[in-house]
Amino acid sequence: MTLAVFFGCAFIAFGPSFALFVFTIAREPLRVIILIAGAFFWLLSLLLSSLVWFIAIKASNSQDPSLQRGLLIFGVFFSVLLQEVFRFAYYRLLRKANEGLAAISDDDSSAISVRQMAYVAGLGFGIMSGAFSMINVLSDSLGPGTVGIFGDSQYYFITAALMTLALTLLHTFWGVVFFEGCEKSRWWVIAAVVSLHLLVAGLSLLNPLYEGSLPPVYVITLLMGVWAFFSSGGSLHSLSALCTRKT
Amino acid sequence: MLKGLMFLCVLCSSVEQKIYVVLNETVPCVRLLNATHQIGCQSSISGDTGVLHVLETESDLDWILSSGPHPPYMVIMETAFFNRSVMMRMKNSSRVAGVAVIISKTGLADNFSPHTTCPNQNTGVYSESYGSDLANCNGTVWNPLGNGLSYEDFSFPVFALKDENQTQVLRKCYEDHNQRVNGSAPQYPLCAMQLFSHMHAVTDTVTCMRRTDLQNRFSINPEVLCDPLSDFNVWTSTRPLNNSAKGHAADESVVIAATRLDGRSFFWEQAPAAEGTVSGIVTLLATIQALYPVTQEAPPPRNIFFSFFQGEAFDYIGSSKMVYDMEKNDFVIDMNNVHSMLEIGQVGLRSGRSLWMHSDPVSRQNKSVDTEVSEEEGKLSLFSHPLPPSSFQRFLRARRIPGLVLADHNTSFTNRYYESMYDDAENLNVTYPPGLTPDEQLVYETDAAKSLAEVATLVARSLYLQAGGEEKNLNNITADPKIVNISVFLTASFYIGLGPRVHGPAHSVTRFVQYILANLTGTVTNLTESQCQNPSELSTENKDLFSYFWVSGPASVNGTREPFCVRASVRLSKAVSPAFELLEYGSRNYSTWTESRWKSIRARIFLVASRELEVMQPALVELTETKQKNISAKTEIMFIK
Repeated sequence: MTLAVFFGCAFIAFGPSFALFVFTIAREPLRVIILIAGAFFWLLSLLLSSLVWFIAIKASNSQDPSLQRGLLIFGVFFSVLLQEVFRFAYYRLLRKANEGLAAISDDDSSAISVRQMAYVAGLGFGIMSGAFSMINVLSDSLGPGTVGIFGDSQYYFITAALMTLALTLLHTFWGVVFFEGCEKSRWWVIAAVVSLHLLVAGLSLLNPLYEGSLPPVYVITLLMGVWAFFSSGGSLHSLSALCTRKT
Repeated sequence: MLKGLMFLCVLCSSVEQKIYVVLNETVPCVRLLNATHQIGCQSSISGDTGVLHVLETESDLDWILSSGPHPPYMVIMETAFFNRSVMMRMKNSSRVAGVAVIISKTGLADNFSPHTTCPNQNTGVYSESYGSDLANCNGTVWNPLGNGLSYEDFSFPVFALKDENQTQVLRKCYEDHNQRVNGSAPQYPLCAMQLFSHMHAVTDTVTCMRRTDLQNRFSINPEVLCDPLSDFNVWTSTRPLNNSAKGHAADESVVIAATRLDGRSFFWEQAPAAEGTVSGIVTLLATIQALYPVTQEAPPPRNIFFSFFQGEAFDYIGSSKMVYDMEKNDFVIDMNNVHSMLEIGQVGLRSGRSLWMHSDPVSRQNKSVDTEVSEEEGKLSLFSHPLPPSSFQRFLRARRIPGLVLADHNTSFTNRYYESMYDDAENLNVTYPPGLTPDEQLVYETDAAKSLAEVATLVARSLYLQAGGEEKNLNNITADPKIVNISVFLTASFYIGLGPRVHGPAHSVTRFVQYILANLTGTVTNLTESQCQNPSELSTENKDLFSYFWVSGPASVNGTREPFCVRASVRLSKAVSPAFELLEYGSRNYSTWTESRWKSIRARIFLVASRELEVMQPALVELTETKQKNISAKTEIMFIK
């Protein structure tokens, strides 16, 4: 549907994460490395879960649409669980790395804190997840047509972009909260993150009933944002300081 | 129907399949070029997109051309509107992105011929120096119903919709999204169609061939831009001619019986040409079938040479090539061998039992020619008009030989659909009683078949007499209507195409005629397959006089076939315009028609959204971006390390 839609949807989906990258990560090489490694871990989890789904598909009867849909739902939930497992694995890896970094530094303290690592890792997961959700859709948005001739909603592209944006932010917030939960050994936090991720994935299966998926997901994003803010040490006091002090 | 298509696609995650419906059967109009002009249609390189609108009434025409708010439009044209005035208005408008014409019999006008009023006027025999008062159809306008659409140059794609199901899909999309409600404009999203038919060649043959030559000489990966129209003529003779002895054949006086093998229409590779071509082919085949046994039993003094010329619609490609070869001594006979000529034109629509014989008044001013022609005509009625467009005109250009052209028309064609898609079985009045299977239809004697068999009998007897045969054998020469099984030809397309370099061996119709001739005039031999392919190794067989075909044979009861070798004096001769051999691409004397090349020809439909929706999205982006910059600049204040 032409260049306007392509650029619009691309910026909606990737604009915020790109801005976060440019302003908070790009200057610190260590953060860049953690970001890319995080993206890679997400990619690994996707690879394994898609392998399982693919084998299930090939082994089943391809003419039965309800079975195929059931397998898709199973695939989605299995992928969510595997992503969280890989997030935990990444946490363990980063902790080990942190100790090593502290050992080789001059003043015996690590150059980067766990909270910062949590944010960067979450953003890495988010960017890669967004890319895989959105690139395919973006390439089709370049053509002259829009979705709808078979009865689908004509807002397909923009809702896909908004969903991707929400998912990217959610992954960032989940990264922060998850790592905090692991540090403080609060396992209910981890359980909450996993179940929220499952909930969001399940809501996306309601599409094309976009009213059923987008508003709840954005509400969850907002709540997660607040939780992540307080979990990483923010407070109402620092928030008011932000508004009054000029940079 | 569309929902059904969706359910087929449950597992495919491709967004593309949600957006586009690809139309499978596409019948485009392509670009042809000659020495000075380009004709046909062209799309831009990335396709032409337009909002669908069905042209059914005059108000639709106004909507498309002036008042509709969503130009450019892709017009779905009902049959009744496919005429010169509407197409010229579309051509001159900038609001038309393309046209898809519905090809059907409902709403078809009484006549439709996209050809010119004076076919092949510049390459016939009449010119400033020969019969100037008859040139350019001053004497007789042969195709007065012609609107010349095939020879116009359109800058937008024109496709034909022949498949009824596909037309239904388009109409449904139009009715669901694009229909006007109470006179107000339809709302977005609208149904649109994109047509791809980008042609590589431009301007004319000279330019295109020059660019192709440049490519061939300097480019590592040369790209050919256009190809000359070419194929093969089919010829045979009652006495075999030595194919390896070119030039004048000693002691041979030949009577030529000819007809054309091709047709055309506005669209590419669509040429049913029933009255225009099939009538002639079938008549000549029946003539050969009637004449051949008698010429073997009681051979007349002169040889009879039967020829089917390909490419006659495009300035006499086949016949000009044969005449050129004859003059260059590059053919089995030359012009000195030719005694006279009889050509079968359009003979399918005879009213009553009349048949007209056309001769050339200018050459008949020569006494000897006149005598021959009068003898040839015999007792039937005659009128002195100019010759209609026929291959005989090319022979006359080279030498004033006596000849006649047979036709079912006197002054102008009786064919009201000359060289169009509607010149089909119905135009020829070929109808079968209901309930016949295709096999039964093949052997059923229609009235058209009987009429053509009568003509064939007449032609065969005339040829026998002209060849000097005795009158007492004439009663044995009768054409059998059953042999005249037209229905086989009525489903074929007679467009000449591009020949062996591009499309492999000869055109299917050419091959078919060749094999029928081999069947009618050949003899079965008991050679093996390898002997059949290399007959020169055997002393009893002569590859110079005959060609040998390995035939798979009829299917027997239990499904097996017993192949055998057929020996016949049927040959193919190349039908490519001499202009391409002489490299005179701007020639005025010979045909210079070429067909452009293209990469892809396809069509698809989809929905398009409004410009507002498209523009709204970047605006949203602006909003999010500014918020981001604000917040990220202040992260240090927010978080504790």
